[in-house]
Amino acid sequence: MNELYLDANATEPLRPEARAAVLAALEAGGNPSSVHGAGRAARRLLEGAREDLAARFGARPQDVIFTGGGTEANALAVRGLGQGRRVLLGATEHAAVLAAAPRDTGGAETIPVRPDGTADLAALEALLASGGPALVCLMAANNETGVLHPIPEVAALCARHGALLHVDAVQAAGRVAMDRAADSLALSGHKLGGPPGAGALLLRPGLHLPALIAGGGQERGRRGGTEPLPAIAGMAAAATAAVPEAAGRLAVLRDRIAAGLRALAPEAVIAGEAAPRLPNTLSIVLPGVPAETQVIALDLMGLRVSAGAACSSGKVARSHVLAAMGFGEAAGCGIRVSLPWNAAEDAPERFLEAWAAMRARLSRRAA
Amino acid sequence: MSGGVDSSVVAGLLKAEGHEVVGATLQLYDHGAAVSRKGACCAGQDIHDARRVADLLDIPHYVLDRETRFRDAVVQDFADSYARGETPIPCVRCNQTVKFHDLLDLAQGLGCEALATGHYARRVEGAAGPELHRAADPARDQSYFLFATTPAQLAFSRFPLGGFADKAAVRAEAQRLGLPVAEKPDSQDICFVPEGRYHQVVEGLRPDAAEAGEIVHLDGRVLGRHAGIARYTVGQGRGLGEASRDAGQPLYVAALEPGRRRVVVGPRAALPQQAVPVGEMNWLAPPPAAPRRCQVKLRAREAPQEALVEWDAAAATLLVRPAVPAIAAPGQACVLYDGERVLGGGFIRRAGLGVDMVGTAA
Repeated sequence: MNELYLDANATEPLRPEARAAVLAALEAGGNPSSVHGAGRAARRLLEGAREDLAARFGARPQDVIFTGGGTEANALAVRGLGQGRRVLLGATEHAAVLAAAPRDTGGAETIPVRPDGTADLAALEALLASGGPALVCLMAANNETGVLHPIPEVAALCARHGALLHVDAVQAAGRVAMDRAADSLALSGHKLGGPPGAGALLLRPGLHLPALIAGGGQERGRRGGTEPLPAIAGMAAAATAAVPEAAGRLAVLRDRIAAGLRALAPEAVIAGEAAPRLPNTLSIVLPGVPAETQVIALDLMGLRVSAGAACSSGKVARSHVLAAMGFGEAAGCGIRVSLPWNAAEDAPERFLEAWAAMRARLSRRAA
Repeated sequence: MSGGVDSSVVAGLLKAEGHEVVGATLQLYDHGAAVSRKGACCAGQDIHDARRVADLLDIPHYVLDRETRFRDAVVQDFADSYARGETPIPCVRCNQTVKFHDLLDLAQGLGCEALATGHYARRVEGAAGPELHRAADPARDQSYFLFATTPAQLAFSRFPLGGFADKAAVRAEAQRLGLPVAEKPDSQDICFVPEGRYHQVVEGLRPDAAEAGEIVHLDGRVLGRHAGIARYTVGQGRGLGEASRDAGQPLYVAALEPGRRRVVVGPRAALPQQAVPVGEMNWLAPPPAAPRRCQVKLRAREAPQEALVEWDAAAATLLVRPAVPAIAAPGQACVLYDGERVLGGGFIRRAGLGVDMVGTAA
């Protein structure tokens, strides 16, 4: 069985630059907080990684907080910046953001999306005008559909209404050029092609937030705990290597899949196709065939794709993203194809061949 | 794969025989909610165990979210059945819907050639197609719960544990295969009511089944009150309070009258029925054109008893006349056997005897 990995939005394959940086940091050893020579050596690596990451995403090094991953970076921002503010969450946000929102202070409010998956700016403006100071959370790119929210416009709206803007850039980083208009930006190392175990929150200069984990006061008191240096070094190296210009190649492959699907199956729908999207992501809805069945059928043929966001039990839930876009029953029938940075040139054709076989077998039964 | 020893051994055996095995675990209910433990995972330990067994066997494994389907087809039916004054048998409904319908359909859709389960029953190739037989171990036999498997479903199904002498042999096989669940205790009771408080589940879905009412003697006398018919089943002697004895003689539930919320009680001798009507029949052998002798099981935990059965094809109803009149609870299964072979089965219907006479006698 020939394996074809098309689940980059779950985790990107490790980039060679990241691998080299991880190994170097592992070899070096040392705790960046130690006062001796080994500590200084580790600290040099850590601060180098911080400067690289800051430069890559237009932040100041002192405004980069390293975390254990994207989920923690999002939680740190939502909890920290949301204190004393209304929290407005995009309807299609990742669970990392949704689950971090406070539940006690009247709960969070939802910013609806339009059928193409982009944030409804008129609704956002109405929400901002209707109450006190807010924290707005909108992802740069959606993990399931790849749809990009219009962050510059959102940032302008937020500024007009005195709201803070947190952007979950976990999927967008490294794949599309990013505007630095947000007050905070969450990143994940392994989605950039680094190892899992590190993430970062980038803050606007002058913005302060309390720690979720105080611990030994690392990261200027904003995130306690010894920094996972190998993972951080790997993230920084991956971020430097992951340039949007290179991701343009993936858009060509993605569009070949889309064209093939149109020719094969008029009933299939590509979610958010009308909106600006990530170059590597395709959300394919095949009405009448449960997403779970599609993923299993493709997996048994060696194709690694996903549906919605799998919980730790492994069960596939109905996609809240597709539901928010108005897919109704068909929200349970969408799979996500996400091309990795190193996708082979023949990936579209191999995918289409397997997808066609899957559809022929399962659509007939569903009909 | 439930995460228990039985289905784990099935997966291990088939893998060892060289089959291409795909593991499937049904997520049927929110485990965290079921055990009322805040923060408990929706999946629970059993799903974790199933995945670890699949890892060990190196087979692909999938957790299938069937919560909605299970709630609608099994749990709701369970509550509705109690509200109708019956004693439901949810394992049969689950087999009929979630397992041997939906899962089998998925297996076929994925191109599988068979669906193997950890049930204790035997599938025997007969002259006219596959037959369902009792398991080699009478203590473990689950053929009673499989009576509703249609011939087409049976043709696609495999029960590799049916020939094992006893559970100890299955556990020994698990040991031999090196499965981490070899010593895992057997599951008990109904899977979605782990604490055994089934009437709370029923009352949540059908509050009418929890409404208080009268306990009435077969002769019409009101003997006491009850806190909902869902707490009673025909033949039950407990939970009757002051109505549990009449002039020193113990009383038992003779019938449940959902319309009037009444529990009808009588002396033990008044309970057995000469004839038991059975509906929703599934035949795994040609239906008898004339009355025939066979063995029947009217509840899960009893040995098959001799009986005469009459099939009314036009009314799609079977009338069962046990050789010795028997207590039959509506909602339970009546399964027909010819020796080891399952001929078919259905659900016991209300006899209509005695029940309606109570009101007129009063």
